[in-house]
Amino acid sequence: MNEKGRFGIHGGQYISETLMNELIKLEEAYNHYKNDPGFNAELNKLLNEYAGRPSLLYYAEKMTKDLGGAKIYLKREDLNHTGSHKINNVLGQALLAKKMGKTRLIAETGAGQHGVATATAAALLGMECEIFMGKEDTIRQALNVYRMELLGAKVNAVTTGTMTLKDAVNDAMREWSNRVSDTHYCLGSVMGPHPFPTIVRDFQSVISKEARAQILEKEGKLPAAVIACVGGGSNAIGAFYNFIPDKEVELIGCEAGGRGVDTPETAATIATGSLGIFHGMKSYFCQDKYGQIAPVYSISAGLDYPGIGPEHAYLHDTGRAKYVPITDEEAVCAFEYLSKTEGIIPAIESAHAVAQAIKVAKNYSKDDCIIVNISGRGDKDVAAIARYRGVDLHD
Amino acid sequence: MSKKLNNKISKAFDNTNKKAFIGFLTAGDPDADSTVNFILEMDRAGCDLIEIGIPFSDPTAEGVVIQEANIRSLGNGMTTDGVFDIVKRVREKSDIPLCFMTYANPVFHYGYDEFFSKCEELGVDGIIVPDIPFEEKEEMEGPANAHNVSVISMVSPTSEARIKNIAEGADGFIYVVSSMGVTGVRNEIKTDIEGIVKHIREVTDTPCAIGFGISTPEQAADMASKSDGAIVGSAIVRIIEKYGKDAAPYLYDYIKSMKDAVASV
Repeated sequence: MNEKGRFGIHGGQYISETLMNELIKLEEAYNHYKNDPGFNAELNKLLNEYAGRPSLLYYAEKMTKDLGGAKIYLKREDLNHTGSHKINNVLGQALLAKKMGKTRLIAETGAGQHGVATATAAALLGMECEIFMGKEDTIRQALNVYRMELLGAKVNAVTTGTMTLKDAVNDAMREWSNRVSDTHYCLGSVMGPHPFPTIVRDFQSVISKEARAQILEKEGKLPAAVIACVGGGSNAIGAFYNFIPDKEVELIGCEAGGRGVDTPETAATIATGSLGIFHGMKSYFCQDKYGQIAPVYSISAGLDYPGIGPEHAYLHDTGRAKYVPITDEEAVCAFEYLSKTEGIIPAIESAHAVAQAIKVAKNYSKDDCIIVNISGRGDKDVAAIARYRGVDLHD
Repeated sequence: MSKKLNNKISKAFDNTNKKAFIGFLTAGDPDADSTVNFILEMDRAGCDLIEIGIPFSDPTAEGVVIQEANIRSLGNGMTTDGVFDIVKRVREKSDIPLCFMTYANPVFHYGYDEFFSKCEELGVDGIIVPDIPFEEKEEMEGPANAHNVSVISMVSPTSEARIKNIAEGADGFIYVVSSMGVTGVRNEIKTDIEGIVKHIREVTDTPCAIGFGISTPEQAADMASKSDGAIVGSAIVRIIEKYGKDAAPYLYDYIKSMKDAVASV
């Protein structure tokens, strides 16, 4: 990465002038605190004693035997406080914001996991909190809306555009440009203008830092592959990051294929997108021939995003990571499979990674192992999966 | 030091009191024929420069009024090529200075060179891109300038020490954003505009026009008195939203009142 926050040709700071000084201040503050022993001690205390880190690396023995190939390990980010990996980044950014003198956090959310995590950190650290969530997603994830409100946050249902994650980001950016003096935009993924892709990646890299040490301890060797789902790509970059120098470890990102990459109802950016500039960054985006951002679709609100973080775009360009689309149907089957086989109900987002593991495990030798990042828990998705299967749930 | 491209933008500020009234509308709202008609009417009413918005699916710097104009325009099938066609028809009847206002992606995706070559051919003099700040403007400015198109620089209430660099590299005019947040009508503009303009004047004589939040003749006169011109978008788009295809006479009356206010300073 060079000075302007580039990953190859991707990244940059394509943002309004009103926000530029704030981004510069954020970068300066981050560069100061990331090496500050006091800050790191405080953050590690929160991660360990509040969020429940380190998360387990669980050997999924039944799944391994059933699939008949590589040993499957699950990195259990679903066991973190608030039920997903999102808390790793949120605690880091909230603490940083507080050090910068901010008293208010705003954030976008898709499935609600990042919104819940942000509302949680705001409650804990005594900060005001406002969440932007596409109206469509407030319906799909109604329980999470109430959860955020319980935590003291105000939830704004965004009614513009496709009323999903990208529109929530639009409105969070608009709100931030309206009020920067006391407000930090706690961006939830490895996207947006520099320095966000780097800050979020660093805070999420704890996943691979732990996983790498855990697998070496359990297996005495590195995994053959690390598999994670990718929307903006925060859990995936977190799961990949410390394995990037280990060239023999395959890195596989699973995009939301929706109803199939040959249909318009998909959110698979690497499979169907092209180079563009949006939400502060140069990267790949689903868009039409005039550069209008496409109305993407996935059963998973958290992966329902028309772009991908710039570092993933770069890992794709260099071939260091591979990105594959997983359809709704494959993800739902994997959601059910992991529930029945291991007694773990994964987030529908994470089920995309599970689906890829199910597909490829048998291609590996029994001496190999694969790490699948279970980025979140699936309680929030139970109603949606029931609907998908045509089951009528009564409250 | 600031470069001066030889296009029509300077003409906009070259009138009796050296103050410009700049109007904005979204191309294709409600349709292409109306946009051609509206631009000509805005010219007749006294606009010194017209900003033509190329609609974008996700206009993150816009308030609700212009967001909805973008949605209406795209919903009616407007495209970047459709906007070029609108300009072509305008140019048959008017040589008013024109700038595009849009976002980075439609221009990037069209191809910088192809986009600005069309601009040059049709006589579009400048482009305003709110998601291209000073740090990123090089990739667009190179091809734009090669085709004699100015990339308009923006200065905002939070720019502070950045003003020097931005103003030094500015070309055409400097778009001074009056307020925090997004475009849209505001009752009151509290920013220290005079301070910002003074800061800019220390490094360049490139004209400064104030935009965001201006809707009344009083505000326009006030802003023009503190700078070289006033830019109005949402208030114009609101008239188009209200009267649709029949907006031309209402636009004429409104813009005439605004131009008179700016000219009276």
